[in-house]
Amino acid sequence: MSKSAQKLRPPKPPSSSEAKPLRGAIATKLLPQTRFGGPIPWVIAILIALVVVAAAGGLALRNLAENARADLSGALTVQIVDANPETRTAQTQAAVRVLSNTPMVTSVRAVSEEELTAMLEPWLGAGASSGDVPIPALIDVELDRQATAQEITRLQSNLEQTAPNARVDAQSEWLRPVYNALAALQYLALVLIALVAFATSAAVWLAARNSLASQQETVEIMHLLGGTDAQVTGIFQRSMLRDAAFGGLVGLALGALAVWFLGQQFTALESGMVAGGGLRWIDWLILAAVPIFGIVLALITGRITIAIALKSML
Amino acid sequence: MNEGASEIVKFDNVGLRYGTDPEVLSDLSFTLFPGSFYFLTGASGAGKTSLLKLLYLAQRPSRGAIQMFGKDIITMPRARLPDFRRRLGVVFQDFRLVQHLSAFDNVALPLRLAGAKEADVVKPVSDMLEWVGLSHRAQARPATMSGGEQQRVAIARAVIDRPKMLIADEPTGNVDPEMALKLLRLFEALNKRVGTTVVVATHDVHLLKKVPESLIMRLNKGQLSDPTGALRYPPRPSGGKPTPTTTKAKAKVSSKASAKPRKNTVKGPKG
Repeated sequence: MSKSAQKLRPPKPPSSSEAKPLRGAIATKLLPQTRFGGPIPWVIAILIALVVVAAAGGLALRNLAENARADLSGALTVQIVDANPETRTAQTQAAVRVLSNTPMVTSVRAVSEEELTAMLEPWLGAGASSGDVPIPALIDVELDRQATAQEITRLQSNLEQTAPNARVDAQSEWLRPVYNALAALQYLALVLIALVAFATSAAVWLAARNSLASQQETVEIMHLLGGTDAQVTGIFQRSMLRDAAFGGLVGLALGALAVWFLGQQFTALESGMVAGGGLRWIDWLILAAVPIFGIVLALITGRITIAIALKSML
Repeated sequence: MNEGASEIVKFDNVGLRYGTDPEVLSDLSFTLFPGSFYFLTGASGAGKTSLLKLLYLAQRPSRGAIQMFGKDIITMPRARLPDFRRRLGVVFQDFRLVQHLSAFDNVALPLRLAGAKEADVVKPVSDMLEWVGLSHRAQARPATMSGGEQQRVAIARAVIDRPKMLIADEPTGNVDPEMALKLLRLFEALNKRVGTTVVVATHDVHLLKKVPESLIMRLNKGQLSDPTGALRYPPRPSGGKPTPTTTKAKAKVSSKASAKPRKNTVKGPKG
């Protein structure tokens, strides 16, 4: 044994209040990393991708409903339902006059016979006319605001005096079932997100427990050498942060790819209503924040799991 | 501090059982004093390791009271235990090295857990590894080391932080006689020069004779035999320290050595 080794001056042991969380390479060394070979980062990636798709669906439905409401809330359709073409034409003209003199109405347009024929062509075939099949006359009415039920009833009464066969349809009313369906789909998306968040927590809980079980010997040694729960929890959190960050980024990429692909498919439909369901830049920001919420959720779940497990140890 | 403030450990009627099994330790009442050197002997199954577990705070007793450094350990919240564990150095019978850490990192672990800066870790650990003859194996993992080498790493880890009490369970069981003597001298040096209280559990009766100033604690079927009264509490009225008159090893306690650590420098065994 060399003389230089005969005098040892180990550092003075700090008090417990000075025990700090282990960081950097030391913490990494204490808990061997698995190079993402384990299933948990990939499970998190899949769950985050599902959340991104569900959130994108919910946001798109919200946009679609908002756009539809904005377009239709200030609009009415007046139908003149009369089998006799002459009476129908006379009542249509009378209705246009009444509507034009109504204060809340901003524009009135009687839909032409040609337009009606073109609209009905897919169902009635080419060349069908109101002479063959009685077709109601339509009047598009735009209002300066959304009409209340009482205002629509009053308008109906006014019209009936000059055009007895006139029927007033508030477009927002006949679209109410569609709005309800969209709202239900949005709630479904929220429920899906909540369920996937729960599944993510459960996966992290299992992973944290497995990780703790596989490293129990190291944890016990740390405790027996004076390691604190905070130090032990800290090194596990580092590992969980790494797994969750990897899973979150991969999940975001997969989810965004799926959303983009679905967006392309819906755009190809060229449907006016579906076109209103596109994602805005703020929606993409919300989707980009999904992995951050996932990582925070994983860290909180992991910390609580480890803390509870450590309390059962002396 | 309580009555008999000078004691480092005080057991009062302590019993330990695992689950519903019979007690493995019964009615243990004794005190350990700062700067003393104790050998714990007894046949296999006598309860040596269980007693050591109580001493290094890996186990709570089923009954009785334990004070350590003047504080009641039984009612102490577990959040405060790390502070006390950091005052202890432990050589486990099965070494309990962290398998994925190098010898260097294993020895450095107590310092790092205590919050030492990395700059304050390298030299003491290197010196300690040199002391136990393992400088050339600093980066070796335990799995690639012999039993004797692992034991020396475990001992280096136990003493690196200058513990107030060193607890060693069969610390020389896997090393050759020459290394066993060296390690025993290291314990003696810690005991005499730093004032560390040393408790060594051993089967080796020859080892007892190597430390003439040691006290002998004998366990027999979970009960402590203390024929000299050296361990009892309160101590004899003649003085504050136990003065055992005889053991097989002619144990003798130097009250001066017990009362004050002599230096903060540990001198290693020659050779």
